[in-house]
Amino acid sequence: MITIFIPNDSAAVSIGANEVTSLVVTEASKRGIEIEIIRNGTRGALWLETLVEVQTPEGRIAYGPVFAEDVASLFESDFLHGGSHRLALGKTDEIPWLKNQDRVTYARVGIIDPLSLSDYEKHGGLSGLKNALGKTGAEIIQEVTESGLRGRGGAGFPAGIKWRTVLQTQAVQKYICCNADEGDSGTFADRILMEADPFTLIEGMVIAGVAVGATQGFIYLRSEYPSAINQMNRAIEIARANGILGTSILGTSHSFDLEVREGAGSYVCGEETAMLESIEGKRGVIRSKPPLPAIEGLFGKPTVINNVLTLASIPAILHHGAAAYAARGVGRSLGTQIFQLAGNIKRGGIVELAFGVTLDLLINEYGAGTLSGRPIRAVQIGGPLGAYFDSKKFSTSMDYESLVQAGGMLGHGGIVLFDESVNLASQAKFAMEFCAIESCGKCTPCRVGSTRGAETIEKIISGVDVPANTRLLLDLCDVMTDGSLCAMGGLTPLPVKSALTNFPEDFQGKA
Amino acid sequence: MTHHTYPQWSTESAHAILEPLKSTPGPVLVALQALQKEYGYVDPEAVAIVAQVFNVSRADVHGVLTFYHDLRTTPAPAKIIKICVAEACQSVGSRNLVAGMQKALGVNIDESHADVEIQSAYCFGNCALGPAAMVDGTLIGRATVEKLMP
Repeated sequence: MITIFIPNDSAAVSIGANEVTSLVVTEASKRGIEIEIIRNGTRGALWLETLVEVQTPEGRIAYGPVFAEDVASLFESDFLHGGSHRLALGKTDEIPWLKNQDRVTYARVGIIDPLSLSDYEKHGGLSGLKNALGKTGAEIIQEVTESGLRGRGGAGFPAGIKWRTVLQTQAVQKYICCNADEGDSGTFADRILMEADPFTLIEGMVIAGVAVGATQGFIYLRSEYPSAINQMNRAIEIARANGILGTSILGTSHSFDLEVREGAGSYVCGEETAMLESIEGKRGVIRSKPPLPAIEGLFGKPTVINNVLTLASIPAILHHGAAAYAARGVGRSLGTQIFQLAGNIKRGGIVELAFGVTLDLLINEYGAGTLSGRPIRAVQIGGPLGAYFDSKKFSTSMDYESLVQAGGMLGHGGIVLFDESVNLASQAKFAMEFCAIESCGKCTPCRVGSTRGAETIEKIISGVDVPANTRLLLDLCDVMTDGSLCAMGGLTPLPVKSALTNFPEDFQGKA
Repeated sequence: MTHHTYPQWSTESAHAILEPLKSTPGPVLVALQALQKEYGYVDPEAVAIVAQVFNVSRADVHGVLTFYHDLRTTPAPAKIIKICVAEACQSVGSRNLVAGMQKALGVNIDESHADVEIQSAYCFGNCALGPAAMVDGTLIGRATVEKLMP
């Protein structure tokens, strides 16, 4: 019996992983070869999908990118025993693109069978939870604080401090809410983790519950991710059946249960207070802070709200200790960041590395430049609310502080490449239009300013009184930044102003 | 690709869907999503029913129904093609893809139609293999007009 791994990650499936799988089954049975297929998650090298791996005595041997038309020739080349083929990549673990990464949060992603609990435990799963169960809540939080872990959703708030506030707030009911409303274009690390290693997120949420004394968790998961929703629901059932969730976690007196709540296509519901409203079944209108959600959150109760990647980093921190995590990174950006290489890029996918690598390393060394082969003109970092950088900024260190200093932000770690065909005035206009579509409507500068902003940029593009309209646009950006309660209106000016500053030649009106 | 067919809206069957949700905390959005999953849309008659079952005002239900992009109040078309028009997909030509699909199908994006609709979407998390599209719930990477045409 030969074991073959073929990802069922949505991205892999979107370019033919299911067709490849059924052809492998057909070819094998035609030849009378007994095989077992494991549908793993993606390794993160999406440019190599569909990445087919064969288990051999020497380790897993990879072939990719495999398309339906390659399957017959793979059999002819005896790929089941590591035979040579034009798509042969050697041992998966030795592929430099993967080997040179520092996989901590993503340690199991793409390696294990996502829904096999025994596979999960064999690869270190549940060790963090077991360690946590031997500690007091305060001790767990001390560990998280010392790790330096900051919110990976975009705001970068220290996780330990947030947890401590919830621990110290007295209440009969507390909640853990996982923000899986990964709406930023150019980001997909939450989705891949939930599809490839869902138990890690569950484990992280259970640890959070044990630490702060919360017994119920919610995962707010966007409707655009049907496979992730399905995978999380199945993983939750398995966790429940095996005592990882429920009234007696791993035989202790702790109880914690978990429910997936599906989003409904609203970007602003990725803002934490709008998300709470949405879980409560209401319109996703943001709340003013204070009160902080840590004190009055879901249904008015103390609530830990963390992003998928923040919570999924917790098991590794509790397993290997805070010091091992904090040994990575630079300054106040400790640990690893899961960068997502996207857009017009030759080698897109997931790159997990310690903070402090340069943007250039990510987009040119890992990304290998644009898919089109034309020069990179602009890079947007951190989603639709992130800045557009030009090549002068490619030496920027990728950490929270350096990016702010360079006039941008890390956000959720998505990096989108554009080649020289991009027009930054059009991109700036799109940022305003997107804000107009997605604004919850609470703050006037965001609700109305976004529409006026799009109109003003259109005037600049058409060459109508360019200097006056540019001044007006900058003034409007200041009003939106200062007058909006949340990042939707508050940060939409970032892509707009960075486009204007870094690419002024696109804002000169009609040539 | 197979077309999804939905059962006819009826108040009786709607009640049967809503009753089990009575114990759900914050049920209104979950209820509307459940109705849409069943019928393909939320019939305007559902507003009063949801309000009554969960003891909230009709205004609250209307507010939720009209806030979320996913929820629709007109029957679903036989086929829905969603195309990602966010930045990462723009960088690999989603604007041209939308134009090509509009031309090929003779319908404009985000217009209601009985047979086929093209809808704009903002990110399917397939940003390294764009342009991304979703045809009747199936995600398609490196999308082209040829790949998306029925």
